[in-house]
Amino acid sequence: MISFESVTKRFPDGTTAVDNLNLEVPEGDLSVLVGPSGCGKTTTLRMINRMIEATSGRIVVDGRDVATVDPPELRRRIGYVIQQVGLFPHRTIAENIGTVPELVGWDRRRTRDRVGELLELVGLPAEVRDRYPHQLSGGQRQRVGVARALAVDPPIMLMDEPFGAVDPIVRSRLQDEFLRLQQEVRKTIVFVTHDIDEAIKMGDRIAIFRQGGHLEQYADPAELLADPASDFVADFLGAERGLKRLALIPVSAVKAEAGPVVDPDDDGRRALAAAEAYGSDWVVVVDGDRRLLGWAHAGEAAERGRVGDAELRPFQLQVRADDSLRAALNAMVQSRTGVAVRVSDGDRYEGIVTLELLSKEIS
Amino acid sequence: MSSGPAPPLAAEVIRWSWIGDHLDDIRGNLVQHVELTGLAVLFGLLLAFPLALAAIRWPRLYGPILGFTGVLFTIPSLALFILLIPFTGLQIQTALIGLTIYTLLILVRNIVEGLRGVDQDVREAAQAMGYTPARQLFQVELPLALPVIMAGVRIATVTTIGLVTVTALIGWGGLGQLFIEGFTLDFTTPILVGIVLSALLAFAADLLLVGLQQRLTPWARSGR
Repeated sequence: MISFESVTKRFPDGTTAVDNLNLEVPEGDLSVLVGPSGCGKTTTLRMINRMIEATSGRIVVDGRDVATVDPPELRRRIGYVIQQVGLFPHRTIAENIGTVPELVGWDRRRTRDRVGELLELVGLPAEVRDRYPHQLSGGQRQRVGVARALAVDPPIMLMDEPFGAVDPIVRSRLQDEFLRLQQEVRKTIVFVTHDIDEAIKMGDRIAIFRQGGHLEQYADPAELLADPASDFVADFLGAERGLKRLALIPVSAVKAEAGPVVDPDDDGRRALAAAEAYGSDWVVVVDGDRRLLGWAHAGEAAERGRVGDAELRPFQLQVRADDSLRAALNAMVQSRTGVAVRVSDGDRYEGIVTLELLSKEIS
Repeated sequence: MSSGPAPPLAAEVIRWSWIGDHLDDIRGNLVQHVELTGLAVLFGLLLAFPLALAAIRWPRLYGPILGFTGVLFTIPSLALFILLIPFTGLQIQTALIGLTIYTLLILVRNIVEGLRGVDQDVREAAQAMGYTPARQLFQVELPLALPVIMAGVRIATVTTIGLVTVTALIGWGGLGQLFIEGFTLDFTTPILVGIVLSALLAFAADLLLVGLQQRLTPWARSGR
């Protein structure tokens, strides 16, 4: 656990970078520090491993006041990843990853085994071991940076815009990979970004800072989006706060409606009646095993006499229990029916999700 | 312009038999030339390192240090050696002090620029990994500054090889001894031997240092 107790940082030129900060990062959680430039988020991060010294207050890491620990000693137990990665250009990838093991005096064999393990963990082929950093792509270098930070399995990781220097596609992949990795390693992580979407995606908890180093709100993403503590926070979260909230809520959180469901062998008039009862002009066609076949115009089914004789149109986008409500909304706006159809992993029909259900959930 | 048949000019310019008779002397001069150069550059590095580190630690010192070594560099070499004679006499120290002083400007500047050129992110990462300052200097910053430092060592070495011929005037001149001999006897062979050998020496030393640098910086060679 990391805790800030009334921590203030004033620079010699008189600017206050961090103003009386109180913050607790629970063990095994990823806390994101986010805010506009000049809000003190990076300063806050760097005070944890004493790259910057606090002016007053206490920072306690695993029960010890960091001010009482020799800085190199302290830093070897805290992983550190920065945007520019900062790999050592004169050392091979294996040597880069083995940096902290070497500093703390591991023997060669143990370091070599650990490097192999880490390359696998971050998804790099073993062949990169003996390459130099400039021979790797930006995304690969970033993975090496993460592996290097994890080398001696430190309980704590500090990450300063770690995915900021790669293109959006690679960034998104690195974020996903890192979240998976974090499920496995469960580090206590402090993560700095200026990108609120990244914060919402990555954070178990988010601390929003304002210029001058004020902590405005510290809460989990859903709470933050549902209940911003100030206009500043609301502004910072942006105009699409509702959409961002939807992205965090799983489809399983709302009870899907049964919907106008008919069997292909049903009479067309039954389809018309089901549609009218539901208030639509279409029906969901499901076979005897509740497998989703598609949807049909109720009027067309009535004309043909049998549901199965009408044209069956597929639902292009279907959602599952663990998809987000945002995905459900996307399915709605892309479908002629205006609803999202929910299916199980075995493609069995589970019901439909409507716009009313969504707005009820987030209002 | 003579219209008669050309005399065997080459035979007069260079007398091969003289070279054959004086091989041991020439070899001795060459060895001394190498020794003087090597020692001067070595002492230069030993002095330049603390100066450069001081200039980095206290940036306000950098200007004065460069200024001072620059002034030393501008003193005409002959004058410097003559100025030193009252203190150190006609000994090897006199030659070495002078030669070392001339290497300082180049070496201090290249060490400082080399270390300053190390990427700030690399420095920050090293610090954050838990390097102590001394270990960071020797294991991260100096290796990365090596190409720039070695460029300085190459210039200093080649310059010193040229300057050693001047120290012949105080009796410690390596191949420069051959010039003096040639001028005194009005005899071109030793002069030519001195010129060719010192040029070859400078060339060989530079090549050797390039090779050394490549061995020491394997990362700079490997292509993408």
